Amino acid sequence: MSSGTGARPGPGGETPGAWRPAAPLAGGVAVEPALRAARDGGRKLLVPYVTGGLGPGWVDVLRAAVDAGADAVEVGLPFSDPVMDGPTIQEASLRALEAGATPAAILGSLASIELPVPVVAMTYYNLVLRAGHRRFAKLLVDGGVRGAIVPDLPLEELGDWGPAAEVGGVETVLLAAPVTPDDRLAELCERSHGFVYGVNLMGVTGERKSLSTSADVLAKRLKAVTDKPVIMGFGISNPEQAVAASVNADGVVVASALMRLVLGGASPAQVGDTVAAFRTALDKG
Amino acid sequence: MESQDDVEAQREEMTGTSSGPVRMGEPTADGRFGAFGGRYLPESLVPACQELEAAFRAAWAPDTDFRRRYRALLKDYAGRPTPLTDCERLSEALGVRVLLKREDLTHTGSHKINNVIGQGLLTLEMGKTRLVAETGAGQHGVASATAAALFGLECVVYMGEVDTERQELNVFRMKLLGAEVRPVGSGSRTLKDAVNEALRDWVASVETTHYCLGSVMGPHPYPWMVRELQRVVGDEARAQVRALLCGADPDLVVACVGGGSNAAGTFAGFVDTTARLVGVEAAGGSAIGRGVPGVLHGMRSYLLQDEWGQILEAQSISAGLDYPGIGPEHAYLADAGRATYEVAEDREVLEALQLLARTEGIIPALEPAHALAWLVRATRDGSVPAGSTVMLTLSGRGDKDAEQVMAALR
Repeated sequence: MSSGTGARPGPGGETPGAWRPAAPLAGGVAVEPALRAARDGGRKLLVPYVTGGLGPGWVDVLRAAVDAGADAVEVGLPFSDPVMDGPTIQEASLRALEAGATPAAILGSLASIELPVPVVAMTYYNLVLRAGHRRFAKLLVDGGVRGAIVPDLPLEELGDWGPAAEVGGVETVLLAAPVTPDDRLAELCERSHGFVYGVNLMGVTGERKSLSTSADVLAKRLKAVTDKPVIMGFGISNPEQAVAASVNADGVVVASALMRLVLGGASPAQVGDTVAAFRTALDKG
Repeated sequence: MESQDDVEAQREEMTGTSSGPVRMGEPTADGRFGAFGGRYLPESLVPACQELEAAFRAAWAPDTDFRRRYRALLKDYAGRPTPLTDCERLSEALGVRVLLKREDLTHTGSHKINNVIGQGLLTLEMGKTRLVAETGAGQHGVASATAAALFGLECVVYMGEVDTERQELNVFRMKLLGAEVRPVGSGSRTLKDAVNEALRDWVASVETTHYCLGSVMGPHPYPWMVRELQRVVGDEARAQVRALLCGADPDLVVACVGGGSNAAGTFAGFVDTTARLVGVEAAGGSAIGRGVPGVLHGMRSYLLQDEWGQILEAQSISAGLDYPGIGPEHAYLADAGRATYEVAEDREVLEALQLLARTEGIIPALEPAHALAWLVRATRDGSVPAGSTVMLTLSGRGDKDAEQVMAALR
C-alpha cells in the first residue's frame, strides 16, 4: 500500500515532456491514457511479462520489473493448454499451476499491492468463459488490472467478452499478425483498446536468435493505420532486438527472456537488472 | 453477481437450440452448431482457416473435379464401399440384430482414411506441400502419413509420449510411410497435447503447411469439413441397411466417440430417420457426461475442466478416446436431444472385444469396442429392447491394440 508513484525511478526523466506516471486510480491504472502519455513524451514503451503465481516471489519480480522502468506490466494468468506459447512460458505456466495458481489467487495478490503503471492480464479464453464474462471483468478490475490480452479470441469471437469488458472497465488488447490482411488490420486497430499488440513473427512466444524480418513490416503497417500505441512482442530476447523492434513501433513486450531467468532461479533483483538493461537500451535508442 | 453470471451462462446455453427438426447441415456463417463450434484461434491462424473454408466450400460443391477424384480414390485406393455385416452369432448372443459397418476393412484399417484423402486433395488444391497432424492411437497419424505418401507431401505427426509407447507399432508404420513422428512430452503427453503441438507448428509454418486435423473438432471449418468427408460412412450404411431391411431403417445407430468423427459421419446418414442415435465415450473421457461448455483447440464444446477452466486429463485404455473434449456438433446433438451419449468402462470394453472376436471372428480396435460394450450392457439391462435392429460402426480393426490387449488380459 505504501509504494506510491514516487517509488518508480524514471531514467531519462530530465528530457522535456518526459513520461509522468499516472495517478493510481481505484482499481488500477487505465492502460491507453498512460501509454499514450508515455509515448507522447518521447519514450519507447517497455512492457515486461511475469507469469502470475510462478514461485512465491512472483509479486516481487513484478515490482522489480516496474521499478526498473516498465511502462506497463503483463501478468499471465496461466492456462493448462497455452497454444500460443513456446517452451519457456509453457513451463512457467505449468509450474505456476502445479503450485496452485488460480485467477482469484493471482488477482488477490495484485489487489493487495499498488503499482504506478497499468497492469494487463494475459490469458486464454477458457478461463474467461469459465468464470463468466462479467465476473471475470470484475475479478480483473478488483485486482487493479485494467487490460486483458486473450490471444485465442479473434475479432469474430469478441462478441461476448468485448461488451462485458467495456462495461467492467477492462481494455481488451487485440493482436495483429504478419498475415493479417489490410482491411482486417484496420478493423482490429479500431477495436483494440489499451494498445495494439503486434506479433513480430509467425510462431509461438519464445526467444529467437534474431528479430524476424516480418516485425518491421508489421510495425510500419500498424503505425500507418492507428495512432493507438503499437507494441511489438514475441521473440524479443535482448535489448538490441528490443531497440530494433521499436524503431518503427512504440515499444516492446519482453516475456520469455525474463521468465527463463525466473525459471532458472534468478532473484527479483536480478530480473530487475535485466529489465533495467532493456530500459537503458530503449532510452538510448 | 453470481446470479447474474448464471443467467448469462444459461442464456449462452440456450442459443440456437430452438425446437424444430435437427439437421446435420452446414453450420452458421461463424461456424456454429447451436451454441457450439466457432473459431477461437490466434490471429495468425485466422486467415489460414478462412482460406481452408473457401477452398473446401468450392471443392465440395456438387459435381466438382475434387468430388470425382475423392470418390475415385475412396473406391480404388481405400477400398470403398465397405461392407455391412449382418452378425448372426453376435445377434443371437445379444438378442438384438447387429449390423456392423466395416470401416475396419478400409486401407489403413480405420475410417480415418476417408478424411485424409479429402484433406490431402485439398492441400494440393491450396498449393501447400506439407501436412502436420496430431494422433492419439496412431490411426489418424498412419492415415495422414499414407495420404502424404500418396500425394507426395511432407508429413510431421505429433503424438503424445504416452501414446508413442502404447502404440509403438503405429509409430513404426508412420515412419515406414515416410512421415516424421514427433513425441510430445508436454502436459498429459496424450492426444490433447499432440493437438497443442500441431497447432504450435502450424502457426509457424502456415504458409506451406496444412493442418490435417483428424476429427470433427477444432476451429471452423474443421468440424463441418471432417464430418462431410466422413459422411460416406453413414450414407453407405443407410443404403446398405435399407437394402437389407427392405427399405426400413434401423432402430438404433451406435458409434464410439473421442473427438467424434466416425460417429458424426455415421449419424449424418441417419439423422433424418427415426433411428435412435447413440455415441459412446470412454468413461474416463466423457465430455458430454462430465464436461462443462468451454473453449479449447479453437472450438466451443463440452470439456473436462476444473472450476477455473483448466483442462483435465482424460483417462482411457484407448488412446484414440483419450480426449477431454468432443466435437461441437455432438455437443449440439446432445443438447438438442437428437443423440444421446453413453460411456463404457475399460473392463467391459475388453469383454466386448473378446465377444466379437469369438462370435464373429472380428477383432475390433479398442475404440469401437466401446460402442459394442455399451450395446452389450444396454441389451442386458433392457434399455435396448430385445429384437431391435442395431447399426454399429466398427470404426477400426484391432491389430494395433493386440499387444496392449494381451497385457491387459494377462
